[in-house]
Amino acid sequence: MVKRFGDRVALREVSLSAAPGKLLAIIGPNGAGKTTLLSILAGIQSPDGGEVASSPRRVGWVPQQPSLYGKLTVAENLRLFARLERCADPDAAVGRMLDLADLRDRAGDMASTLSGGNRQRLNIAIGLLAEPPALLLDEPSAALDPRQRERLWEFISALAGRGTAVVFSTHNVAEAERYAQQVVVLADGERLFAGSPAELERVVADRPGSEARDFEAAFVAFLRQRGH
Amino acid sequence: MRWLLAKDLRILRRSPLLVAMLVLYPVVIAALVGFAVTSGPSKPRVAVLNEVPPAANSIDLGGQRVDVSQEAKALFESIQSVKVRSRAEAIRKVRSGEVLGALIIPPDITQDLEAATAGGAMPPHVEVLYNADDPAKQAFVQDTIKARVQDANAALAKRFTKVAAGYIRLLASGGRFSFVGGTFDILGLARAEAILRATAARLPSTSPELRRLRGVIEFAHLARQNLGLATGVLSAVGTPIHVDEKVVKGGKTPLGAFAAAVAVTVTLMFITLLLASGALALEREENAFRRLVRGLVSQTGLLVEKLGLAAICSGVVALLLLAGLSLFVSLPWSRVPLWILGLAAGGAAFGALGVAMGSLTREVRAASLLAFMASLPLAVLGLVPSGAVSGGVYDAIRAVSAAFPFRPTLDALQSALGRSGGIVGPVLHLIVLTAAFTALARVALRRFA
Repeated sequence: MVKRFGDRVALREVSLSAAPGKLLAIIGPNGAGKTTLLSILAGIQSPDGGEVASSPRRVGWVPQQPSLYGKLTVAENLRLFARLERCADPDAAVGRMLDLADLRDRAGDMASTLSGGNRQRLNIAIGLLAEPPALLLDEPSAALDPRQRERLWEFISALAGRGTAVVFSTHNVAEAERYAQQVVVLADGERLFAGSPAELERVVADRPGSEARDFEAAFVAFLRQRGH
Repeated sequence: MRWLLAKDLRILRRSPLLVAMLVLYPVVIAALVGFAVTSGPSKPRVAVLNEVPPAANSIDLGGQRVDVSQEAKALFESIQSVKVRSRAEAIRKVRSGEVLGALIIPPDITQDLEAATAGGAMPPHVEVLYNADDPAKQAFVQDTIKARVQDANAALAKRFTKVAAGYIRLLASGGRFSFVGGTFDILGLARAEAILRATAARLPSTSPELRRLRGVIEFAHLARQNLGLATGVLSAVGTPIHVDEKVVKGGKTPLGAFAAAVAVTVTLMFITLLLASGALALEREENAFRRLVRGLVSQTGLLVEKLGLAAICSGVVALLLLAGLSLFVSLPWSRVPLWILGLAAGGAAFGALGVAMGSLTREVRAASLLAFMASLPLAVLGLVPSGAVSGGVYDAIRAVSAAFPFRPTLDALQSALGRSGGIVGPVLHLIVLTAAFTALARVALRRFA
């Protein structure tokens, strides 16, 4: 895919593929084009070149900021989006998502009263209402405390375990290493690497004089090697 | 789209303070505007010193008594009179601002009037004292008293003309005349002419008296004819110009119905603009906009939903307001379908303007502020009457007003409430504005997310 904003090229012929049941992490420095890439995959923005194989309606999308109505309850938020998604049985979909997100005991609470972690889980549950085969998450764990992050990743990993292809962007490189089977490294709109976290570490280690003590150090060294 | 509408109504229901503000504020504003539009200036407080003795209120006009105080009633009906006992007290009250002016009627006014009608003196005068601290009030009191004195003069002139015309008829045709307790038989020019003609017929044709008598007959004939015309002339002098009122533009909307139309239009504008702009901007603030337009609802559909939400809510409030106003103002309930048509068209146009504001500002606070700040100038511009400003300025105001929904909505509601036709034009105007503002909002949505 190619995306330009005026003279600035946000994405330069970036390709990726996500497999069912796998987690793919998009990592890179600020301004790398991670959110732009996810927006194009979600169908919110159109690419200037290239195409997305999957229809936006078959892709669940979870924006970075929870996209829900604070003055509706958890169940009402789910029911509204289930109806807008034209789910065959909206009430059944709501029940399923309440269980999946472990929010059944909070179903009658206003969304505005939820903690950040619960809001994000509700946010993801809304993205899953139509049971899409692929789910896009834009920095899902940003602004969550460690305990909330842990619970969120358990939830996301369980989704992948059910066969959903999960693509997420993150600034937290350790999370990418821990949970993703595949990572795509973007910098200045260019795809620099696509492979497993272990492969990225090997690429860095193969360079003479490089010595990375962990994945995050390897990621930084990789970017430096590529002039970023 | 209906689910979004239901969601917005639910959120509104859970915001009772917002709803109360949205309803109460415009209703209060509307009531104030309606009151200001319909209530003319109150009667000015004027001190009145009437020095005419009660027994001297009547004057003798050729044997008939005319009660001047009755003819001058109009003067006192337009002022709130404060009776004073002396000229000094009147001046003191004017100076202190307790009254806006003082009217001093001298004791000999009726005698002067009687003498003037007999042609022997200058016309009588009344004295008016003003407080010039407030030029606007002074002008108002001056205009009011001048107008009412002219009314009193006209009433007296009419009365005098009637008496004078009676005497002219008596001179021309003859009849009975009462004076100082006695009754006299007046021959009249017509009968005098007949007698003279009969006398002339009996005289020999060579008689020198006959020639002189024919001159007298001719005079009597001409005098009778011209006196017959004189009554018409007198009537014309008493009321030389009659006012014939015709409406050449606008319907015959009663003042109360006009005030109701203004009040409802103001209410409709406030509620619709604030709701439409705020509801659209809220979708962005809740981060829901991008999720919604990602195939769940089209951007145009979202605009129409917000427009519809605002138009429905404001329409319901406006109908309730009309029902309430009908307790005080006579409104034509048989024209309810036209009320609904006017409210729907106005609500849609205001809703379109509201979503345009919401999509341009992108934030609830900014959208609400813009809607609030735009409302009053739009209302004021729409209410500027022709003649209040120069022609060029009025044309500019009309052009600006035509570009926004306030004036056409007011026109539509005036037609619906005023028992007159002409609602089609304003409704078509509102449809065009709805389409234009919706298109503007749609363009602005490109940078909304």
